[in-house]
Amino acid sequence: MDPWIAAVVTIIGAATPLLYAALGELVAERSGVLNLGVEGMMLVGAVTGFAVTATTGTAWLGIPAAALAGTLMALLFAVLTLTLLANQVATGLALTIFGIGLSALIGSGFVGRPVPQLPTLPIPILSAIPVLGPILFDHDVLIYLSFVMTALVAWFLARSRAGLVLRAVGENDEAAHGLGHGVVKVRYAAVLFGGLMAGLGGAFLSVSYTPMWIEQMTAGRGWIALALVVFAAWRPWRVLVGAYLFGGVTIFQLQAQGLGLLPVPSQVLSMLPYLATILVLVVSSLGPWRRRLNAPACLGRPFRATR
Amino acid sequence: MDTPRLELDGITKRFPGVVANDGVSFKVAPGEIHALLGENGAGKSTLVKMIYGVLQPDAGRIRWEGKGVRVLSPHFARRLGIGMVFQHFSLFEALSVEENVALGLEGDIPRRELGERIREVSRDYGLPLDPKRHVHSLSVGERQRIEIVRCLLQNPRLLIMDEPTSVLTPQEVERLFLTLRQLAGEGCSILYISHKLHELKALCHAATVLRGGRVVGTCDPARETAASMANLMVGTDLAAPARPERRLARKPVLEVEGLSLRSDDPFGTHLADVRLEVRQGEVLGIAGVAGNGQAELLAVLAGERPVDANTIRLDGKPIGRMGTRERRRLGLCYIPEERNGHAAVPDLSLADNALLSAIDRKGLAPRGLLKGGAAKRYAEEVIRDFGVKANGTAALASSLSGGNLQKFVCGREILQAPRVLVAAQPTWGVDAGAAVTIHKALLRLAEEGVAVLVLSQDLDELLALTDRLVVINGGRLSRPLVTAEATTEEIGLLMGGLHDTTGAGGTAGRAADAA
Repeated sequence: MDPWIAAVVTIIGAATPLLYAALGELVAERSGVLNLGVEGMMLVGAVTGFAVTATTGTAWLGIPAAALAGTLMALLFAVLTLTLLANQVATGLALTIFGIGLSALIGSGFVGRPVPQLPTLPIPILSAIPVLGPILFDHDVLIYLSFVMTALVAWFLARSRAGLVLRAVGENDEAAHGLGHGVVKVRYAAVLFGGLMAGLGGAFLSVSYTPMWIEQMTAGRGWIALALVVFAAWRPWRVLVGAYLFGGVTIFQLQAQGLGLLPVPSQVLSMLPYLATILVLVVSSLGPWRRRLNAPACLGRPFRATR
Repeated sequence: MDTPRLELDGITKRFPGVVANDGVSFKVAPGEIHALLGENGAGKSTLVKMIYGVLQPDAGRIRWEGKGVRVLSPHFARRLGIGMVFQHFSLFEALSVEENVALGLEGDIPRRELGERIREVSRDYGLPLDPKRHVHSLSVGERQRIEIVRCLLQNPRLLIMDEPTSVLTPQEVERLFLTLRQLAGEGCSILYISHKLHELKALCHAATVLRGGRVVGTCDPARETAASMANLMVGTDLAAPARPERRLARKPVLEVEGLSLRSDDPFGTHLADVRLEVRQGEVLGIAGVAGNGQAELLAVLAGERPVDANTIRLDGKPIGRMGTRERRRLGLCYIPEERNGHAAVPDLSLADNALLSAIDRKGLAPRGLLKGGAAKRYAEEVIRDFGVKANGTAALASSLSGGNLQKFVCGREILQAPRVLVAAQPTWGVDAGAAVTIHKALLRLAEEGVAVLVLSQDLDELLALTDRLVVINGGRLSRPLVTAEATTEEIGLLMGGLHDTTGAGGTAGRAADAA
């Protein structure tokens, strides 16, 4: 394969976990819940996906298991913050720390074990198109699904009534409650969806991208996903663009390290995606950009149903 | 008599520490416009929330068309045929008009059809609305229209309206009344909450008066005088503040000249060549329907939006570039429209809130160190002088009722002995007792020689309070009218966009068109 095409394909691989995690978080945040536990949910998803795939020998069980594991982590978060009204920031941070520990515990027996890589499903005819074929139509199911999910989330939020209610709940919980919409119920659903997506993002890492288990293999991707949501101004298609931008930076630094392209220490290059995150957050908070930030008005605010 | 549309029987609701409603009973007949009268804190909001299913009563029964019902949720209320226009709008700033309406409707209506129906209803009832606009760009008046349209779309059989006219021009009020009478004529019952007693007299068939959560009387508003209803509502005689005769044509303190400004808000109103002069010892009023440039003008006057230094002068000194703090230091104090979050920080104590505004004029932070004791004493002074009901100076601003917080905010500015006081909607959503306190304080301030500028959408307030009046429309100011000589109709026409440049002939022509 043309090395240029290969580079683009690897960018897709680097972007997909970010896309999953950020899309899920976007939905949770649009409903008004800030879940900083994305990293933890991804890790638990990754290790569960890997463990189930390694044990049963099929990713078709591993991937749903990962989604379920992420959802369960999110359920823990939801019970604490939505039912028991714990502080969302503190709970999210705790969830990440918990996820790091829990995934290491589950994964201790699986370090170094191989799993069959998730098979690619080339789309007949289309995948034979030169250049475009391998870039667009020669991937595994999780990559295709990530695009479907982006479109689905975008459609859901913008067009469906349930999506409208979800946005309304994130915008003004009191008013939504006053109109008879179940604020807590909607937020539970949104947070659980966030967990499911984070779990899928984790599974993509451990089953498809680098089919193995290493402790803390998400390497901060959960945090980047959080920043992506802000960068994308809570809009699904912009999350897609952002994820590929970051995927690109990640691949660039890998390539640059490997080829010795730049006369700087490899550690500096490894910092690139994270530096880019900080830069994006700074730029998106600056003057003219700030206006376009449309953070949900109730983001992070606890809601008590009856007063 | 027919079966009542709605009947309440011994409704009681307790909150920790208070009984919000205590054995409230009354009936609303089909097609009746029934007034619910009472001060803020009398329990009206709690009561209607129970009718609308937001809250559940602790005791008592609600009967709907003769059948006992438990209104478990607003969904359920809407299915029964109950619509409600909330006092504090239940709107979503980041969403469009259309989406806001959709959220309050039962079932999913295709977007295009919904937009069409919104246009239809808003045209029929004279409530112009663009379904695609976002709420954050709309004025208070326009926001209220969304609430009303949202209800009307559901063909309600009982419409609950909480203070619906406070943001409308007299002509718009007339039009709304026509709508409401038309609705009542079609058999829809209306539960109408208002402090404006002459409106009740003009509109309502019956009134139930609440005080301290209990029904203290029922009456036929047409047979009562405004004063007798006010006394029933408050429980004591309320004397409206007397406006002393004052000499005009004193020296200007605050002058605005040649102020043109493009609004920051893409849907805001640009100010065009605004000229304004507030004189020593006068109360100048600015009337107008919300969204005609008031927000922009206030931001400029307060110093939140700096402009060319010379366009605003205080005692001849150019202050256009100065921020709010510098202006306060020079004596320009400001009462913003929004109490929570603009005038006061909800999560800070009253002492801290007093400190935030009075820091310089009261010397509460010499050499950068806060004088906590002095701030507390100042807050105590405000609480005492303005009769603020609060649990001490450590009480959070958010723990106060709207009227009490407004008294506190006004008192905090007034006791700083300003040169000029700019007050935006000083009695918006405030009960009658608190409004009288605030009005008296503003008049006293003017008597002491302070230049007072009051911006309000409540024309009655301006007529009672001001010496001169200007009308803001589309970002322009009319020439000043002497309040004592102005007629409601004249002001109303100016509010509706007719400028006085064409002279009397133009006024007559427009009036004829409208008729």
